[in-house]
Amino acid sequence: MTRGQFISRVIKPVLFLVLLLPLALLVEQGFSDNLGANPVETITHQTGLWALRLLLLLTLAITPLCKLTRISELVRLRRMIGVYSFFYALLHFMTYAVLDHSFDMTAILEDVVKRPYVTVGFSAFLMLIPLAATSTNGMIKRLGGKRWKRLHKLVYLCGLGGVIHYLWLVKADVLSPLNYLAIFIVLMLFRLPDHVREKFTGPLRSFGQRSSQLLKEEKS
Amino acid sequence: RVYPALAKSNFSTDEKLTDFDDATSYCNFYEFGTRKSDPKENSQAFVTSPWSVTVDGACEKPGTYTLEDILKPHTLEERIYRLRCVEAWSMVIPWVGFSLGDALKRFQPTSKAKYVSFYTLHDAERMPGQKRRVLEWPYREGLRIDEAMHPLAMLAVGMYGAELPNQNGAPLRLVVPWKYGFKSIKSIVRISFTEEEPVSTWNQVQPSEYGFYSNVNPTVDHSRWSQKKERRIGNWLKQETLMFNGYADQVASLYSGMDLKKFF
Repeated sequence: MTRGQFISRVIKPVLFLVLLLPLALLVEQGFSDNLGANPVETITHQTGLWALRLLLLLTLAITPLCKLTRISELVRLRRMIGVYSFFYALLHFMTYAVLDHSFDMTAILEDVVKRPYVTVGFSAFLMLIPLAATSTNGMIKRLGGKRWKRLHKLVYLCGLGGVIHYLWLVKADVLSPLNYLAIFIVLMLFRLPDHVREKFTGPLRSFGQRSSQLLKEEKS
Repeated sequence: RVYPALAKSNFSTDEKLTDFDDATSYCNFYEFGTRKSDPKENSQAFVTSPWSVTVDGACEKPGTYTLEDILKPHTLEERIYRLRCVEAWSMVIPWVGFSLGDALKRFQPTSKAKYVSFYTLHDAERMPGQKRRVLEWPYREGLRIDEAMHPLAMLAVGMYGAELPNQNGAPLRLVVPWKYGFKSIKSIVRISFTEEEPVSTWNQVQPSEYGFYSNVNPTVDHSRWSQKKERRIGNWLKQETLMFNGYADQVASLYSGMDLKKFF
């Protein structure tokens, strides 16, 4: 089996099951009455967090990971992770729409218009829809590679929207959303052309090399 | 410690009580961490005895009082109140305590005492959440003196017939049922009578979102949460929020003539 086949035939199905685990855990906790005092809040938070994690850590991290490991076949995992991210975002939105607002469209629209963190989160969710809808091979063909790629650049906006949504909804302790923002920024740095990135990472690298050199000297 | 045979106050609601485990595991008490589950986890080693409260400002009897001194003249009773959090969830809790006004009168506030403010303990060794500056410590809250003297306002030392669990504000906390929960300050160590409107912590964090009064009001929206509805802990769907958290008959007169959209 080639490396590419191994990723498609082994890693991919395993990952498919792994990414189902957050949902399975919620269902299990629901049936065993372990979702805490406010189960709706727990479901909302968990589905939202997983949508964001998958969006950032995986969808956006795959390209840098390919570059770092030089295993280009990792790209074959990207579509599934992206669709999963949309799946959790959909669950997140449905929980909000059904359990918070009992599908009252006026109340939902009022929320979207009035509350910046909802506006941003809802926009990010809307932008994910065309991405999920055009994720099939047929759609890639129909759109043509170039146009498809351009459309899917929207994923960066979705990621940023997700992070801002999280940052703005927190009352006072912004540590956790700031972590996600930091991850987003680091991942975006990888998207810069090589010579621009070098300007940021070059000095860091030489600093790292120098300090490890100093440490070695100190030890000996 | 349990409190046997408490008289039940007429102010009590007969709504279904919130599950004890929910009321003691789902808490906002940033002194012990910012997640809802943190206070229960991080407050178990918190020692609340001995405890004293410093009383100062515009009153005839300032000084430092032990908790026992403060409790001695009062008969504890049970009051079942609705508790409405600004985050749009609510509970029904049987508190054990007495009228705040009765306690304050003993310190003989002067005519200059237009407001009363309360301070939570500030001790990062005992309250580990204070090691991070999430809020300006110590936590502070305040009431207008007529609000404080209203018979519904109470000081609580217990809930569900027993001493307050640490995560719920032991050993002494405020309960003001017609205001959002954050007004009901926990683990009080100082009471101060002032002429000016005192600082309150959440107002300091974000004045556009948290007003000094912070009365439960479904018609004044908060920028993060619609206040029209609330989720009663234990229920899946939300219910309508009532003006002054359902205590309008008793407290609305405190605010007659005031624009509650301005003084939110």
